[in-house]
Amino acid sequence: MERYVHVSFGRAMHPALSPTNIFAPVSTPAQSIFDLSLFVLIVTGAIFVVVFSLLAYVVVKFRKRAASDEHEPPQVYGSTQVELAWTVIPTLIVVVLFLAAARVIASIQNASRPSNALEVTVIGHQFWWEYRYPSLKVVTANELHIPVNDPAHPAPTFLTLLSADTDHSFWVPRLAGKTDLIPNHPNSMWVDPHQTGLYLGQCAQYCGTQHALMLLRVYVDSRQDFERWTQEQSRPAHIGATVSEGKRIFEGTACVNCHTIAGTPATGTFGPDLTHLMSRQTIAAGASKNTLGNLIAWIYNPAVIKPGCKMPSMGLSTQQAAEVAEYLATLR
Amino acid sequence: MSTESIALGRLTTAPATSLVERLHEWVTTVDHKRLGILYILYALLFLLIGGVEATIMRIQLIRPLNNFVSPEVFNRMFTMHGTTMIFFVIMPVMFGFANYLIPLMIGARDMAFPRVNAFSFWLMAFGGLLLYFSFIGGDGLYGAGNAPDVGWFAYAPLTSQTFSRGHSTDFWTLSLLVSGFGSIGTAINIIATVLCMRCKGMTLGKMPLLAWLNLTMAGLVILAVSPLTAAQLMLVVDRYLGGHFFDTQAGGSAVMWMHFFWVFGHPEVYVLVIPAFAFASEIIPVFSRKAIFGYPVMVAATVCIGFISMSVWAHHMFTVGMSSAANTFFVLSTMAIAVPTGIKIFNWLATMWGGKIDFKVPMLFCTAFLFQFLIAGLTGIMQGAAPFDWQLTASYFVIAHFHYVIVGGILFTLFGAFYYWFPKMSGRMYNETLGKLHFWLFIIGFHLTFDFMHIPGILGMPRRIYTYEPGRGWDIWNLIITVGVFFQAAGVLVFIGNLLWSYRRGKVAGSDPWDAWTLEWSTFSPPPTYNFADIPEVRSRRPLWDLKHPEDPDWQYE
Repeated sequence: MERYVHVSFGRAMHPALSPTNIFAPVSTPAQSIFDLSLFVLIVTGAIFVVVFSLLAYVVVKFRKRAASDEHEPPQVYGSTQVELAWTVIPTLIVVVLFLAAARVIASIQNASRPSNALEVTVIGHQFWWEYRYPSLKVVTANELHIPVNDPAHPAPTFLTLLSADTDHSFWVPRLAGKTDLIPNHPNSMWVDPHQTGLYLGQCAQYCGTQHALMLLRVYVDSRQDFERWTQEQSRPAHIGATVSEGKRIFEGTACVNCHTIAGTPATGTFGPDLTHLMSRQTIAAGASKNTLGNLIAWIYNPAVIKPGCKMPSMGLSTQQAAEVAEYLATLR
Repeated sequence: MSTESIALGRLTTAPATSLVERLHEWVTTVDHKRLGILYILYALLFLLIGGVEATIMRIQLIRPLNNFVSPEVFNRMFTMHGTTMIFFVIMPVMFGFANYLIPLMIGARDMAFPRVNAFSFWLMAFGGLLLYFSFIGGDGLYGAGNAPDVGWFAYAPLTSQTFSRGHSTDFWTLSLLVSGFGSIGTAINIIATVLCMRCKGMTLGKMPLLAWLNLTMAGLVILAVSPLTAAQLMLVVDRYLGGHFFDTQAGGSAVMWMHFFWVFGHPEVYVLVIPAFAFASEIIPVFSRKAIFGYPVMVAATVCIGFISMSVWAHHMFTVGMSSAANTFFVLSTMAIAVPTGIKIFNWLATMWGGKIDFKVPMLFCTAFLFQFLIAGLTGIMQGAAPFDWQLTASYFVIAHFHYVIVGGILFTLFGAFYYWFPKMSGRMYNETLGKLHFWLFIIGFHLTFDFMHIPGILGMPRRIYTYEPGRGWDIWNLIITVGVFFQAAGVLVFIGNLLWSYRRGKVAGSDPWDAWTLEWSTFSPPPTYNFADIPEVRSRRPLWDLKHPEDPDWQYE
C-alpha cells in the first residue's frame, strides 16, 4: 500500500485560522497537495525574491537624480547571452515544477480502489447534498459520515459524484481538493482522513441563487461510532404515537412529494430524506442548527432562513407548522 | 454628407459650432482617432458602472451574514461586473488605444477599413446597451428576475430554460454575440492596417512594439472570439429551437460548454494583457531614456505567448474530472507560458537598467505593473500546478490572482497609457500632482483589496457566495478587502477629475512633451484629421531618436 505512505516535508499549519484551512490537511489527497504547494511556494518565493530585488535595485539605482540632467544614458539594444540565460533557467524551473505536479496528479487521480473501500454516492441538488451508501442501504442528506482511516488497515472512502440539476463542486479543504458534480458526467474522488472530527466545506461551483448556503459537513467517526451510525440509519423511521396531528398534516400536504420518511407514505425524492432527521445537527444544508424552533421557522417559511431555496412555504399556520415540526422531531 | 466632405471640412473650415452638428460629426465619424476616443470614453463609462457593481458586492461581504443586498441581486452583480469589465471595459478601451495609436505610430492616415471601424464600434456600443437593457426588459416572465445571474462564464445547464427562465440569459447571450462581431471586425481591421498601411521604410522589424503586440492581440481575437460566438449561437438554439447541445436533461454536455467557453476565455486573458504589455513596452523605454532591450526577443516572446495561450484553456477545468493525462498536459502548457512571460519582464527590467528613470505618473504606473504582474505570474504558476489548483480554484485565491492580472497588470498600465497619451489626444498636459495622488490612492487600495484577498481563498472561502457564516476565519480579511475598495474608488474619481480639469485648464502640451521616439509625437497634439502633412519615412525603430541624434542614429545598430 505504498500510496498511503508519504514523506511530508512540512508540518501542517494549525487549523485555528479557519476550520476550512487548505494548509491543515488531515487526509492523504489534501496532504499530498499541501506538500506540493509548499514546494511550489518555495520555488515561486525564491523567484519573487530574485526578481523583486532586481526591480528594487533598478528603481533606486537608476532613477534620474538631477532634473537638469539632459544627457541621454548609453543606449543598449540587447544581448544574446543574457536573453539565453533568462530563457534557459526559467525553462528548467518549469520542467521541475511540472514533474512535481505530474507526480501528485498521478498519485491522487490514479490511486487504485481497494476492495474494502467504502463507496458513497454524492448527489448535488440545488441547494443540498444527498448521500447514498449502496453497500449499507443508507440514504441521508447534508451530513456525510465516514470512518476514520486506520493506517494499519487502510480503508479509504471513494465518492462517486453526480448532479441532479446544475453543476456543483464538493470541497472540504482539509480532506481533499475540490471535484465538480456535473450532470451527465459522473466524477469520483477519494479521502482517507486520519483524524476523527467534523470537517466543514461548501459547494464551490456556482449553482444558482442559494449557492452560498449549500454547506458541507463531513463527520469522520471512529470505526465503532461509524458502525453504530450505519445501524441506526438503516432502520425504518421510529415514529412516536403522540404526534398524529403533525403526521397527518405532513402526509396531507405536498411535503410527501419531495421528502421520504421510510415506512410511511412519504416517498418523494426531490428533497432530503427525513427518515432520521434528528440524527443530524443541522437543517437546510447546514444553514441552521437543528432545533425545534428553527424547524418550525423553516417549515413555516423556508425563504426566511435560506432565500431562493427550492422548498416552498406550504401556507401552513404557525400552529400547523409547529405540529409538523413536533412530528419531525420524533424521527431519530 | 459623405465622409470625405466631413474630412475635408475639418481640414479647411473652423470646427462646427452647434452641439447638434458636433454630435453629428462624432456619431457619423470614421476617423480612427475619434473612434478611438469614443471607444475610450465608452469604456470609462462602463468602468464606473462595473466599479459600482463591485462596490455593492464588497459592501455585502464586509461582514458575515450581512443583509445589504439579496442573494438574487448579488448574483446579478457578479455576473454583470465580470461581463462588463471584460467585454465592455477592457476590450473596448484596448481597441480604442489601438485605433488611436496604430495609424499614428506606423505613419498612416487612418485604419485600413474606416467604415468597418465605425461599424465595429457601434456594434460593441449597442452590445453593451443590450446587456444593460436587461435590467428593464430582462424579466420576460413574471418573477423570473431581470439582469443575468449565471456568472460571467455562464456554465451550462444553469443557462438552460429550466434553470434560467425569462430573458436575462438571452440578453447576456445576444449582447456578447453582437459585440463579438464588433471585436472580430476591429481585429481584422488592426491586422490589415498593421500589415498594409505602414509608412515607407517601416519593415515589420522596425515597427513600434505596440503595433506588433496589437497585431498578435488581433490574431488572438479572431481565434478566440469565434468559438465564443459559436457557443452563444448553440445556446440560442438550445433555448429557442429545441437544441440539446448543453441541455444535460436531454443528454447534452455541460462540459462541452466549458471547453467552448474557455477556449475563448483563456486566449481572452492574453487579448486583454498583450495590449497592456504594449503600453509598458512604449512607456518604459521613454521614461528610462533607453531603447527597448531585446526588441526581436520581445516580439518573439509575444507571438510565442499568443500561440501557447491557445493550448492552455483547460487549466480552468482541472476539477471537472478530466483524465490524469489531460490534466498533466495542461499543467505543462500552462507552465510553459511562464517562460516567454518571464522573458518580457526581464527585458523591461534590462531596459530600465542603466537608464535615467524619470518617475512621472505613467512610469510610476508601469513600475507598479512590473511588481504586480510578477506576483500575478507567480500565483498563476501555483494554480498551474493542477493539484494545488484543486484547492485554489473557484476560491477567493483565484479571484485575487486574476484581479492581480486585470487590475494590477492591465489597469495599471492602462492608467499609465492614459497619462502618457493624454497630452497627444487632448493637446494638454494632465496635472502631475493629481496624477500622483491617483497613483498612491489606487496602489494602496489595490494592495489592501487584492493582497488580502488571497487569504480567505487559502482559508476555504469559495467565490460567488453572497454571504458567509462567522467562525470561518474570513471576517477580518473581508473587512480589509472592502476598505481597500474605497481607496480605489477615490483614486478613480481623482483620475476622472484630473482628466476633466486638464482637458479644460491643463498646460498646452506641444507635439512632443516626453521627448519620445515614435511617430505619433512628430505630429500636432491633437493630431489633425489627416495625421501627417507628409507621410513620414523611417530608417529605424525610433525615427524621432534618429532626428534628434543625427550624430548617433539607431539605424547604424539595427
